[in-house]
Amino acid sequence: MNDLEIVAGNGLLHRRAFLTGGAALAAAVTGYRLSDTVAAQQLTDEAWSTKPGVAIPEYGIPSSFEKPVSRTLSNPKGEPRTQHARTPHHLVNGTFTPNGLHFVISHSGAPDIDPAKHRLVIHGLVKKPLSFTLDALGRYPMVSRMTFVECGGNSAAMFSNQPTQASVQAIHGLVSCAEWTGVMLSTLLDEAGIDPKATWLIAEGADSLALSRSVPIAKALDDTMVALYQNGERLNPGNGYPMRLLVPGWEGNLNVKWLRRIKLTDQPGLSYYEARTYAPILPNGKAYQFYFLQEVKSFITHPSPGLTLGAPGFYEVSGIAYSASGRIAKVMVSADGGSTWAQAALQEPVLSKAFTRFRVPWKWDGGPAVLQSRAWDEAGNVQPTRAQFVAQRGQTKTPVTNPAAFPSQHYNGPTSWAIQRTGEVTHVYS
Amino acid sequence: MSTRSAFVICALAYVVSGVSRTVIAQGLGTPISEADVAAWDISILPDGTGLPAGSGTPQQGAATYATKCAVCHGEAGKGGSAAALVGGAPLTSGIETTKTIANFWPSATTIFDFTRRAMPWPKPRSLTNDEVYALTAYLLSLNKIIGENDVMNAQTLPKVRMPNRDGFIARFPERMP
Ligand code: HEC
Repeated sequence: MNDLEIVAGNGLLHRRAFLTGGAALAAAVTGYRLSDTVAAQQLTDEAWSTKPGVAIPEYGIPSSFEKPVSRTLSNPKGEPRTQHARTPHHLVNGTFTPNGLHFVISHSGAPDIDPAKHRLVIHGLVKKPLSFTLDALGRYPMVSRMTFVECGGNSAAMFSNQPTQASVQAIHGLVSCAEWTGVMLSTLLDEAGIDPKATWLIAEGADSLALSRSVPIAKALDDTMVALYQNGERLNPGNGYPMRLLVPGWEGNLNVKWLRRIKLTDQPGLSYYEARTYAPILPNGKAYQFYFLQEVKSFITHPSPGLTLGAPGFYEVSGIAYSASGRIAKVMVSADGGSTWAQAALQEPVLSKAFTRFRVPWKWDGGPAVLQSRAWDEAGNVQPTRAQFVAQRGQTKTPVTNPAAFPSQHYNGPTSWAIQRTGEVTHVYS
Repeated sequence: MSTRSAFVICALAYVVSGVSRTVIAQGLGTPISEADVAAWDISILPDGTGLPAGSGTPQQGAATYATKCAVCHGEAGKGGSAAALVGGAPLTSGIETTKTIANFWPSATTIFDFTRRAMPWPKPRSLTNDEVYALTAYLLSLNKIIGENDVMNAQTLPKVRMPNRDGFIARFPERMP
C-alpha cells in the first residue's frame, strides 16, 4: 500500500504516512507560522552559549519566551461575578494539561485554605458520620487516573447562529485533562456505612458560595474519587486545593472543589447550579435537568485560528477527543468540510474518560480547505453533526459576538476551521 | 470492586510493615456528631428537609433587601451589576433566554438555600434565618408567586408552587436514582 496516498479530499493522507513515509516526508513537514520561517545562514554561537546560564530555581516555571502560552481570563480583577481561565489548546500538545494552564471556573475566586485546618465531613444517611483531615486521607490506599474535566458551558459559542470568530482557546478552553490521585469515595462511604435509603449525595465546597451539587450514589460508588493530587503535585488552588470531588466524565461543576462536606440524602438538593445554571433550555421551552455526562466530542487544535499556515506542503492536523462514556474508538477528519473523511491515528495509550490526541498528515495545496473532526466512543456514541445537534438543541436568534458568553450548555457537535489561501484560519459552519 | 480488594491488599501491606491492625479496622475517619456538623449543614432539600426555625414576610424582606442586596441586584430586584431577581421572558423566547426565579427556578427552597449559603456576595452566611425567610418571601412576592402578606417558614416555603416546576426533563433518565 502506498502510505502517501491521499485518502480523503483536499489532501488528507493515510494516517500511517508519518510512521512509514520516511525522511523525505518528515523533512517536508513544516511548522505553523507563529513566527516567520528563517532562511539558513552561517551559524555562530549565540550569547547564551558563551556564558554559564542562570541559577536553577526551586520551582521551575516555563521559559520567558513562553509567556503567550497562558490562560485567558474573563474577570482578572476578581469582580463579584464568575471567573473563567481558559486553556490555550492551540499552544500546547500531547494529552495532559499542565496545572498552571488547567482551566478554572470559579463563581467566587479561590479560597486560601490552610490544609491543616481543612476538614472533610461525611454525614446524613450514614451509620456513622465521619470527619477526615488531609493527613488522614493521605494514609488511605491511593488511586491515580487520567481524567478530563469539562465545564458544562464549554464550547457555548457554538450555539451562535453565525460562527463566532474566536480561537480554540476562547471556544473550547473550558476543558482540560490531568492525572488525578486520591482516595476512592467508595472507600470512605464504606467506612461511614451507607444507609440503604440514601440515593444521592450533596457535595459542598469551602468556598464563599459553599458551592453545592447533587450526585447519584451509583456514580459515587462507581469511579468517583476525592482527589488530592493533580499531575503529581497537590491540587492547584483554582482546582480545589487541598481536595476536590472527581466525578470522571461528568459535568465540571459537579467535581466540587475545596470539598468539605458530603451529605447522603434520599433526594437531590436542587441547588442553584443544578436547578438553574447548568440546566439548558430546549427550543420547545422545556429544559434539561441533571445533564451529568460530557458527551463524546472532538476538535482540531492544530491548525486553528491564530495558527497561520506557511507555505503549501505537509502539515499535521491534530486535536483532542474525549467522552464520558469510555475510550475514544475512532476519530475521522475531513479537509473538505465533511464531504470525505480520513481516519486519524490515535496516540496511545487511549484511556477511558481522558483526552485522546488524534493526528492526520495533510498535504495542503495552498487552496481553500475546511478542516473538521468527528469522534466515536467505545460505547458506540458518535459526535453529532452541527445540523443534527442544533435541530435538537437549538441555536441563538442573533449572532454571539462575545465568545465568553453562555447562550446554552453541553455543545458536543464538531467545529470547522476554514483555511484561507493566505494560510489564515477562520471559524466556519460546515 | 477493585477499590475494595485494593483496600484489603493494602491493609495486608500495612500489617506486614507493622502498622497496627486496629487502625485499619477502624479506618481513619474521626466520628463526629450531627450536632457538631450543624454549623456546616446548610443543605435545604426540595421537600423542606433542613429548613430551620424562623419566619419572615415580604415587607420585612424589602427592608433587608434595600440595605444588603440592592447595591448589586438593583432597586426592587430590577438588576444591576448582578442578575435581575424579578421578571423574565417566557422560555419559548429562545434557548438563550435569561433564566430567572419567575421563569425557571423549579423550587422555592433553592432561593432560601442559595441566599443563605452564598449571599450577600461580600458577606455570605451573615444573614439570620429570619432574614433569609423574609428575603425569600420578598423575592417570591415581587414575582407575584406568593401574596404580599404571605409568611414564609419551614412549613409554607416547600408548598410554594413555582411557575416552571414541571418544565424539566432528565437528560439521562437511566442515570437518575
Ligand atoms: C456584591 C454584589 C452582590 C450583593 C451585595 C448581593 N449579590 Fe446576589 N448575586 C451576586 C452575583 C455576582 C450573583 C451570581 C452568582 C453566580 O452566578 O455564581 C448573585 C446571584 C444571586 C441570586 C441568583 C440569581 C439568579 O437568578 O441567577 C440570588 C437569588 C441572589 N443573588 C440574592 C441576593 C440577595 C437576597 C442579596 C442580599 C442579601 C444579594 N444577592 C446580594 C452578587 C451580589
